[in-house]
Amino acid sequence: MIETDLLIIGAGPTGLFTVFEAGLLKMKCHLIDSLPQPGGQLAEIYPKKPIYDIPGFPVVMAGELVDQLMEQIKPFNPGFTLGESAVSIEETEDGSFIVTTNKGTKHKAPSVAIAGGLGVFTPRKPPIEGLTEFEEKGVDYIVRDPEKYRDKRVVISGGGDSALDWTVFLADVASEVSLVHRRTSFRGHLDTVDKVHELALQGKVKLITNAEVVDVDGQSELDSVTIKIKGAEDLNIECDHWLPLFGLTPTLGPIGDWGLEIEKNAIVVDNATDYRTNREGIYAIGDVNTYPGKLKLILCGFHEATIMVQSAFKRAFPDKKLSFKYTTVMGGVGSLE
Amino acid sequence: MSADIKITVVDREGLHHELIAPTDMNMNLMEVCKSYELPVKGTCGGMAMCASCHCYIESAHTLNAPSDDEEDMLDQAFFVEENSRLGCQIFMKPEYDGLMVRLAEESE
Repeated sequence: MIETDLLIIGAGPTGLFTVFEAGLLKMKCHLIDSLPQPGGQLAEIYPKKPIYDIPGFPVVMAGELVDQLMEQIKPFNPGFTLGESAVSIEETEDGSFIVTTNKGTKHKAPSVAIAGGLGVFTPRKPPIEGLTEFEEKGVDYIVRDPEKYRDKRVVISGGGDSALDWTVFLADVASEVSLVHRRTSFRGHLDTVDKVHELALQGKVKLITNAEVVDVDGQSELDSVTIKIKGAEDLNIECDHWLPLFGLTPTLGPIGDWGLEIEKNAIVVDNATDYRTNREGIYAIGDVNTYPGKLKLILCGFHEATIMVQSAFKRAFPDKKLSFKYTTVMGGVGSLE
Repeated sequence: MSADIKITVVDREGLHHELIAPTDMNMNLMEVCKSYELPVKGTCGGMAMCASCHCYIESAHTLNAPSDDEEDMLDQAFFVEENSRLGCQIFMKPEYDGLMVRLAEESE
């Protein structure tokens, strides 16, 4: 069991900055995030996009902001549970919380700050009836172990980097690789696109464009997929695996079932006090919360985190006096390490 | 000078909504739909990084061509047709008066 003073769910910019503000109060933090790296949307979706509304930075790349936040919180040595998503929460007799991830990792803390942003990133699933029955039985949305596909017949769908990269890689592993794409052109890295076309010319990859997989079939395991091609008859391809690689999309996920008041996919908080939810000891900050006048801005998440940790401190150390100090007065954060 | 245009949005139940959209506020179609509380999520906030504002252009208007980012996103979306666009990439202009769009199925 991992024990900490403040458990933060979500390692995006708001979650990361929470570590800093909590650290100033000498609180230890631990973060859980479903993605394998910290940074949330900034690292996963738009690392190369510029942000213009961080005070003091006329422009900063999203990925760079994450790096800077990681540097800023380094002195406080936060713990991370990455690549796992928070699934359940239970309250202990002493008023603490135990949060368990999908992999069974348990975390205990007197307060929980949900900084979950848009939610857990999960693969986009094609809207095909009965598709879920074939999950893990031939249909995979993420390639975890490429060896699984050795000498198998694989169909890949998608036109982005991930679909192209795996097409190139699996061309040498699988017995047969077909790549199905909605359009004729691909928008991945140029050299990968060239490589895919080269493999298609060599007959190592079957390229099926202007097409999409519209049906899946099989007894208990996947046997075939049906492909709809523009201006042609439907094509049925026998295969052992279908990899629909359409990127990730965020959903609120299991947190939606934690007994918190939810409004339009966001957690309702009290913005007049400390961003508390309807459950005492559970706070929600950043894009995941809502209140009258809410703006989904990184800057607002930073503010919410700062206010919230003052209350979390009182829960973690009910007998200690809280004294607020400016970092300038403290001469940096070195003394808190 | 009136800077407003009239557009029609057909929702997923087939209901027609006539909306008045300003053309001088740099508003996009997703934002217009949200301001009228139509069921458009706009999850990513208008960065062409989700497809929750996916719609079909039903009128004959010539719109600004989709950017690479928008094409990338449409490649990952479902129910995509020839007239598919992301609402967040269509900025309201006087020429778009009379525009008619239909909201695509939600797939997430």
